[in-house]
Amino acid sequence: MRYIDEFRDPELIARASEEIDRLSDRSRHYRIMEVCGGHTHAIYRFGLKDILPENIELIHGPGCPVCVLPMGRIDDGLAIAREPNRIFTAFGDMMRVPGATGSPLEHKARGTDVRIVYSPADALEIAKRNPDKEVMFFAIGFETTAPSTALTLMSAKKQGIQNFSVFCNHVTIVPAIRAILDSPDMRLDGFIGPGHVSTVIGCRPYEWIARNEGKPVVTSGFEPLDLLQSIVMLLRQLQAGEAKVENQYKRVVPWEGNCAALKVMAEVFELRPYFEWRGLGFISQSALRIRDTYAPWDAERRYSVPETRVADPKSAQCGEVLKGVLKPAQCKLFGEECTPEHPIGALMVSSEGSCAAFYNYEHRKSLVTTISAVA
Amino acid sequence: MCLAIPGKIVELVDGQSEVGVVEVAGVRRKVQLGLLSEDMPIKGDWVLIHVGFALSKISEFDADEQMRLLSMLGEIDQAMEEVRGYGADVLGRESSDNHESRSRPN
Repeated sequence: MRYIDEFRDPELIARASEEIDRLSDRSRHYRIMEVCGGHTHAIYRFGLKDILPENIELIHGPGCPVCVLPMGRIDDGLAIAREPNRIFTAFGDMMRVPGATGSPLEHKARGTDVRIVYSPADALEIAKRNPDKEVMFFAIGFETTAPSTALTLMSAKKQGIQNFSVFCNHVTIVPAIRAILDSPDMRLDGFIGPGHVSTVIGCRPYEWIARNEGKPVVTSGFEPLDLLQSIVMLLRQLQAGEAKVENQYKRVVPWEGNCAALKVMAEVFELRPYFEWRGLGFISQSALRIRDTYAPWDAERRYSVPETRVADPKSAQCGEVLKGVLKPAQCKLFGEECTPEHPIGALMVSSEGSCAAFYNYEHRKSLVTTISAVA
Repeated sequence: MCLAIPGKIVELVDGQSEVGVVEVAGVRRKVQLGLLSEDMPIKGDWVLIHVGFALSKISEFDADEQMRLLSMLGEIDQAMEEVRGYGADVLGRESSDNHESRSRPN
């Protein structure tokens, strides 16, 4: 009962859920993927799957940057940082993520200078204040965070700050969606498009999904009502036999994205020919690297990188869960060997990973009773 | 990292064209405005902040709603920790003198 008061408008929620009931064809099973990890978290937090009819299945997508980062990249970053007079900086989300040689926090305990920053701009500031040290920012994230890293690199170059570099792990969302659609064991009816990534890239990059693959896409906000409305919009398209890109999150997402952010990304980054995604394997043109014009600030060129490869344990079925073929609890390790405290697989390491979200919210009281009590 | 935090621009920093001071639930911090260079916010505007960079302008109503959403998602403490963290820890364990003094609420 606690959560119902927190909803902006329970009546609107009830109405949207009735509309979903009305629009869905009982003889059909719908599989809708929410691409973004923030949506996955919200869906579990609000118990939305309990509001939806049983024949509407939400599949959790690859949009959790911490989860899809291959373990070996963490080891590579920490191997660079272990040398004397170096400072390793990263967002707090990264600190507990294990590499084969331990997490950044464990390396800190062993003497590496590891610092949490909340912004790449602060990593640059640390470099300016520690001219006798070399400061590396371990950059992760989709297009939501990549522009901030880019602008920070432009600022480092402009100010001529030589003791700063970026170990770039930025990835792009669209090739991951393509890899999932190309997967032979995958069948999806439509996509709830990412919210904040779309603030930067806009809605056009999803048009091929509608045009070439015949799947509707609706970029969505994060409120329960936003997500339910997005499902209504998807069902309307499916019922009409249409496939187009629609924007439910107009209050934040401009159709063309953020041009200034796209420009700084293009100035600093180019596509890597391929990049490994934890759970999905190598995906071509799916990640960003630093352009030649910024080579002095590229940690991968400045230092020797061991290029560590760490395979996930064969018993972990992260790839299948990531592609929506298995539900988190169907993995053999779920909740036993693999928990948020001791993550073995990719999807348990961050609160936005589908396994961690499922683990944390599985036992939450369903909203069905709450909603029907109000209606 | 994926949090979108709403803040009100309360000051544009002199001499730094792409830096502004935002206020989030009474806490003031410097944020970067360079990603809004094509539609620069002015004092009194509301923005959504990601990793210390304002990424989009929003209405005051949507800023309130976003704060509510963070609270519903159980992320409000994490968001405020992030905001307080902007510009902090730059000197290692000590918090940053410069930013702290500038960003003290009224």
